[in-house]
Amino acid sequence: MIISVASGKGGTGKTTVAVNLALALQHDHEVQFLDCDVEEPNAHFFLKPRIEESREVFTPIPEIDDSLCTYCGKCAEVCAYNALAVVKGAVLVFSELCHGCGGCSLLCPEKAIREVGKRIGVVESGRAGEMAFLQGRLDIGQAMSPPLIRALKKRLDAARTVIIDAPPGTSCPVIESVKRSDFCLLVTEPTPFGLHDLELAAATAKEMGIPCGVVINRLSLGDEDGKVRDFCAAEEIPVLMTIPFDRKIAEAYSRGQTILEAFPAYREKFLELFEKIGKIGS
Amino acid sequence: MKQIVVISGKGGTGKTVMSACFAALSRNAVLADVDVDASNLHLLLHPEILERHVFKSGQKARIDVEKCTGCGLCLPLCRFDALFEDREGKVVVEPLSCKGCAVCFHICPEQAVEMETPIAGEWYVSKTKYGPFVHARLGIAEENSGKLVTEVRKKAREIAGSEKRDLVIMDGAPGIGCPVIASLTGTDLALVVTEPTPSGRHDMERIVGLARHFKIRVACCINKFDLNLENSEQIQRWCGEKSIPVVGKITFDPAVMESVVRGIPYVEYTSNSSADEVRSMWSFLLRIII
Repeated sequence: MIISVASGKGGTGKTTVAVNLALALQHDHEVQFLDCDVEEPNAHFFLKPRIEESREVFTPIPEIDDSLCTYCGKCAEVCAYNALAVVKGAVLVFSELCHGCGGCSLLCPEKAIREVGKRIGVVESGRAGEMAFLQGRLDIGQAMSPPLIRALKKRLDAARTVIIDAPPGTSCPVIESVKRSDFCLLVTEPTPFGLHDLELAAATAKEMGIPCGVVINRLSLGDEDGKVRDFCAAEEIPVLMTIPFDRKIAEAYSRGQTILEAFPAYREKFLELFEKIGKIGS
Repeated sequence: MKQIVVISGKGGTGKTVMSACFAALSRNAVLADVDVDASNLHLLLHPEILERHVFKSGQKARIDVEKCTGCGLCLPLCRFDALFEDREGKVVVEPLSCKGCAVCFHICPEQAVEMETPIAGEWYVSKTKYGPFVHARLGIAEENSGKLVTEVRKKAREIAGSEKRDLVIMDGAPGIGCPVIASLTGTDLALVVTEPTPSGRHDMERIVGLARHFKIRVACCINKFDLNLENSEQIQRWCGEKSIPVVGKITFDPAVMESVVRGIPYVEYTSNSSADEVRSMWSFLLRIII
């Protein structure tokens, strides 16, 4: 079973929920944890994995063979991303715009373009406690995370209980991370920000046809809890768990402690959460 | 005219709360929300929308089932896993995965592929009690957030020019990827809002690396400063080593959340000492950039 943890808004507690759920399950399940927030991977602070291997990830970019190129301009014409420009006697490659689709090398009439790899980051793997741990880490200055997320997800082992920590937002990196999950857990907080972004995240999951459920974090803030619940009721999305607003939880987090370490009684709550997900998923 | 962007790397550190405070404290600024993916600033500024613009960017492939012979030539060439064979052996596009590269369009011997340019979002010019506000809404599961950010920034600068406003204040997105890069380039100052947690610090180091990569000046605000004094101390030391001014140390205050729930910029909601810290941070920032 593949469970992804997403949220729309950043900082609502995705990593907290993903990490604690994985920790609660690791004794009785073969857990594989994937940190797909490759721009800012943070789960390692809490799971403290022993990284055993680091593989570089490359994305293909064009390289022009000047001895074959006739500067006909076909490559620039077919590139949907304006990553190629042909000016008098030269082809310019703007690698940061290239999506690695391979169109230019495929369609060059002179076979003058070959693809070379440009490093975009690494996929690191190892073990954390009893679980398998993998994370992607985008190189600073690289704009496009989806190819790195795809490389990370190639290592996903669907035979295990897979927990995916997704990036915030609703655009392509989130789609890439959540795609093909059996269930999507949406973490929100009872504020107008949390609710607004929950609406977006829920619409995204719906668009992808993935069943979802909600965890309300930092409960007891103002009166927005009711609005979150109203929204969930109207959309028929179950609220599966709540975590109270507690400065002690925030302080434990600031020390790199998990909820299960600081408050062991939560183990039962996370097991209950998993049970509810299993019932909906099946 | 100067531009300041509020970023953080990690989400939820308080970018939008700070941006709304700056909007309320500024006298002659244009405001912009450049987190087009999950924008929130409008929830505190309550804009009255004056103009709506459609954002179109990027294409999606669509296959004409009448023309598709099911030859399968396109299938292995799609690098984005966006093409599938249906039960009748015809090819269909999974629009969420399609990145509009048009390789299938170019390669199809039957000309069965059409490239369409769907509406990818909207952007708005609005009026708020704090000044003009440019914001946007990227469609669900869309790409090209960077281009929409560029669009929003262009309009904000234009308004600043025509209305003789000397500052553009931008509320940025989390992360270090494409929309964040689009919001950073050419700005006069990036304010990094962090928090004294391992993630806050780690993500700050990455976003500072990104800003430096683009040669953008950086200042730092440690939000929820007293949550972990040891971590805050470390962040300050690190900033010192990197010659990054720490312009604000904001005490953890539950009233911040109350102000968000009420939809009011924090400095207008309360006048306690934490709000004073935000006020003095703003004057510090102004001294730095003007």
